Amino acid sequence: MIVAEKKPIQEIIEEIKTHDSVLILGCNECVTVCEAGGKKEVGVLASALRMYFLNKGRDMRIDEHTLERQCDHEYLDEIREMIDQYDGVVSLACGVGVQFTAEKYTQKPIYPGVNTFFMGVTESRGVWTERCQGCGQCILASTGGICPVSRCAKRILNGPCGGSTTGNCEINKDVACGWQLIIDRLKALGRLDEYEELAPIKDWSTDRAGGPRKVVREDVQS
Amino acid sequence: MTAKTPSRLEKVLAAGHLAVTSECGPPRGSDPEVIAKKAEMIKDYVDAVNITDNQTSMTRMCSLAACIRLKLMGLDPVLQMVTRDRNRIALQSDILGAASFDIHNVLCLSGDHQSFGDCANGQNVHDIDSMQLLQTVRLMRDDGKFLGGDDIKRPPQMFVGAAANPFADPFEIRVPRLAKKVSAGAEFIQTQCIYNLDKFELWMKMMRDRGLHEKVYILAGLTPMKSAGMARYMKKRVPGMDVPDEVVDRMAAVPKEQQAQEGIDICVEAIERLKEVEGVAGFHVMAIEWEEKVPEIVERTGLHPRPAVD
Repeated sequence: MIVAEKKPIQEIIEEIKTHDSVLILGCNECVTVCEAGGKKEVGVLASALRMYFLNKGRDMRIDEHTLERQCDHEYLDEIREMIDQYDGVVSLACGVGVQFTAEKYTQKPIYPGVNTFFMGVTESRGVWTERCQGCGQCILASTGGICPVSRCAKRILNGPCGGSTTGNCEINKDVACGWQLIIDRLKALGRLDEYEELAPIKDWSTDRAGGPRKVVREDVQS
Repeated sequence: MTAKTPSRLEKVLAAGHLAVTSECGPPRGSDPEVIAKKAEMIKDYVDAVNITDNQTSMTRMCSLAACIRLKLMGLDPVLQMVTRDRNRIALQSDILGAASFDIHNVLCLSGDHQSFGDCANGQNVHDIDSMQLLQTVRLMRDDGKFLGGDDIKRPPQMFVGAAANPFADPFEIRVPRLAKKVSAGAEFIQTQCIYNLDKFELWMKMMRDRGLHEKVYILAGLTPMKSAGMARYMKKRVPGMDVPDEVVDRMAAVPKEQQAQEGIDICVEAIERLKEVEGVAGFHVMAIEWEEKVPEIVERTGLHPRPAVD
């Protein structure tokens, strides 16, 4: 999933304080799972904002709505009839949802309500960690299913660097060394001899470096 | 092994002498005298001098400019290059720039993470890693080609080195990792500072068992400690450093004003012991901001005068 974190409420207040009516728009996908922008968080944020503006003597209308997704036309169309009632929208979707909502409703200011971080997993209750940076050319087959691009702080393809200590990364004792994980895994698979194969220089043109990316599937289009 | 480049360091090693290298950290400013002064202190005691590349991610004068200064003074500089700050275009370009001044040695590194330095909020590049940089320099030198496939007019003539940390984790892949660097093209290795001699000797034995000592020159890295405080700091705070308790205890057991001398003595004793280890081809003496002690260490270990080669 895409992992995001709630923005500090003060930042959201600054975004919307000049408006008289605001829609808080949640998303039922990733941000619901990572508890940053689902129906529950929409409710909590809306209540907090109402209380804040009430205390300031402001008559601000703050409504709540949560879509199945904000990254599909089909679901975004649902708010076509209601969006005109508001001066602005705070989207609690990831950066993708915020942008797609803004692209669709070009006359309406759309504000981000979360900070979007990474593609990751729920490691344990309340802990989400990164697994993929979407480089566009998956190399997991040769690294024991553990990604050095996302799990090594230096995205070293022939690691580990000299900073790996007792299984941890030099940047922080709480971060596992991705290459230690790869080596442990290769060993568990009985494939440690593969460690000595040099990983070739990577083609980053499928990564962010190549510019905004696009996937086109003609078989799906027809 | 016969020398393939005009590098003085390579010639010393190829002639079978124990080589001595040292390093200078460029200043955090533009004063050229800082580098010149450090170089002046050590130039007759070493075969080549490494210039660090924004070590610990603190912004400094660039390694290339400082290397050019050394070259113009008649020294044989080792250009340290980290892959943290430059992509493959900039790395190849700087290699050519160095080659235009006949800088004949390069040390390929990944570099400390930027979070340690003064630009912790900056991006890192890591377009290629240190092994791929080794491959890149070898491609440029041996095949006269850019990574993009085009021919290089007047290719660089560089003796290509890498770092190795015999003490980093996981230990079981330390020698396979060295083998990987050798197959990527490393011709010499400068190791992390050695304080745990037993572990280093074990690493040397393991690399000899694979015949790697016949494929790459190992320069054992040594950093004299100035105080017991420094010993404790290196033990606890520096990633990948192995400082045994007895070294810390020995430093702490002498009065404060004698600790610096004790640190030098420990370094001299280590060199004497490691001289006897098969496969050790020389020493890389990293006297951090203490370059004036390099002559004493080199003289006391019988490594002075440096051999003339050509």
